Amino acid sequence: MIEEIKKDALLEKNAQSNIESGVCIKVEHLNKKFGKLEVLKDISEEIKFGEKIAIIGPSGSGKSTFLRCLNCMEDPTGGAIYFDGANIADMKTDINIHRQKIGMVFQHFNLFNNLTVLDNIMLAPVTIGKRKARKEKRKNLIIKIANIFRKDKKPLVEVTDLSKIKNQAKETALSLLKRIGLEEKAQAYPSTLSGGQKQRIAIVRALAMNPTVMLFDEPTSALDPEMVGEVLELIKEVANAGMTMVIVTHEMGFAKEVATRVMFMDEGNIIEQGTPKEVFDNPKNERLKTFLSKVL
Amino acid sequence: MKYLLSSSWDVFYNQFITKGAYNTVLDGLVITLEIAVLGLIIGIVIGTLIAVIKVVPKYKTLPRVLEVIADFYVGLFRGTPMVVQLLIGYYVLFPALGIKGITDLNIITAVVIFGMNSGAYVSEIMRSGIQSVDVGQLEAARALGLPYSSSMMKVVIPQAVKNILPTLGNEFISLVKETSVVSFIAIVDLTKAFRQIGDANYEYVVPYLMLALVYLVIVYIITLMVKILEKRMKKSDRRN
Repeated sequence: MIEEIKKDALLEKNAQSNIESGVCIKVEHLNKKFGKLEVLKDISEEIKFGEKIAIIGPSGSGKSTFLRCLNCMEDPTGGAIYFDGANIADMKTDINIHRQKIGMVFQHFNLFNNLTVLDNIMLAPVTIGKRKARKEKRKNLIIKIANIFRKDKKPLVEVTDLSKIKNQAKETALSLLKRIGLEEKAQAYPSTLSGGQKQRIAIVRALAMNPTVMLFDEPTSALDPEMVGEVLELIKEVANAGMTMVIVTHEMGFAKEVATRVMFMDEGNIIEQGTPKEVFDNPKNERLKTFLSKVL
Repeated sequence: MKYLLSSSWDVFYNQFITKGAYNTVLDGLVITLEIAVLGLIIGIVIGTLIAVIKVVPKYKTLPRVLEVIADFYVGLFRGTPMVVQLLIGYYVLFPALGIKGITDLNIITAVVIFGMNSGAYVSEIMRSGIQSVDVGQLEAARALGLPYSSSMMKVVIPQAVKNILPTLGNEFISLVKETSVVSFIAIVDLTKAFRQIGDANYEYVVPYLMLALVYLVIVYIITLMVKILEKRMKKSDRRN
């Protein structure tokens, strides 16, 4: 218990120093192997608060793997990733706490098929709130027992009110749905929605956790061409609200418009990066030049 | 043949109604259903546990140890006949554990053994169900910061259960039919009750035909129930 409190304090301190330095995610010598295949080769990078980073590159270049390493969906085989003052690449770190602050949007939406749209958005906040309340109750029990033997009684921890959490989550979910104009779909199941609607809901599902950074893994690649626009529009809106973002994308026009920094990856390395203007209008690397000549 | 049936029918009717054997049959029916239903419930709980143990990522030692135990368990219960498990449970295991003198111990034994046996089979059904759910579902839940356990309970397993419902119905049906062996440990179930009617007058034709009919009706009702349940769970599905 004491260790936990110490850890919390340390985390807070680290987070504070992080905010002061303006670095959101710091990647050091990141390495990822699938068996013998080395997908990411010693990547070091800093992502600052408020940055919108677009990662481009040919398929198989490791850009999706890099993104998925940032919230440890793929466990790095080497190196460190600092987020909120903790090395999340370390297996000992409780990754779940940090993932709550790293939103992720997938190529195939991955809405929970067994839940309604509203429950999709509410599931994580409510479940995590429930677990928190349970933990606090356990804590209180220990304090109560210890208090029997103490002279100066220790006060109990305040237990989170579950109905309040639920109401709050519902309110947030509904207002988010309203923002994307899908509030009448709240009780619908994902299978009845179009791809564009699904992806927009997936985005607000991530937003409902109030993340500090959002990761997008080719968010428009699985969409019909006519649905791409509505999704990009929403991502742009989130970007304009000041969200830190990392986007793996094939939409060069979008990258040009929204990104503050573009990274070009090939064969597990970030070969070239810079502002969209530098990368798209004045590429230096040969590999990047051929790539751009093919896609633009 | 006609004569045989009609004379057997008279004997059966006399035994069943006049001498009140229907009471035994009703009791037997209740016991049969009791063992099958409780067995299935225990089976689903054990089976789900084993299935999750088998699909959980094996980074740490504990899941690996648990998997070895689970494999052994499944091998044991699939590798020996039901009757043998019942006999060992009732005459070897429970006495060895010092459990005796409880009323209806044989029924409790049957429920436990049937539950453990069906757990071995349900685990494989459930595992294929879990694997049939798109891995993106688990990833999305984990990416939101939900722990593995919550992600499984709230997202993956509900979808898995929906996928395997027909197969689970099959398991229940075969469980109902398999209970006919419990007379080995002195339980008067449906089968035993009808056999007693036959034994009373050494006249078996109608009792056994009736017995088969009763099983048929039970299975038919279960099939209907599974269908209704399936329809209800399909509300989140496009295919309906």
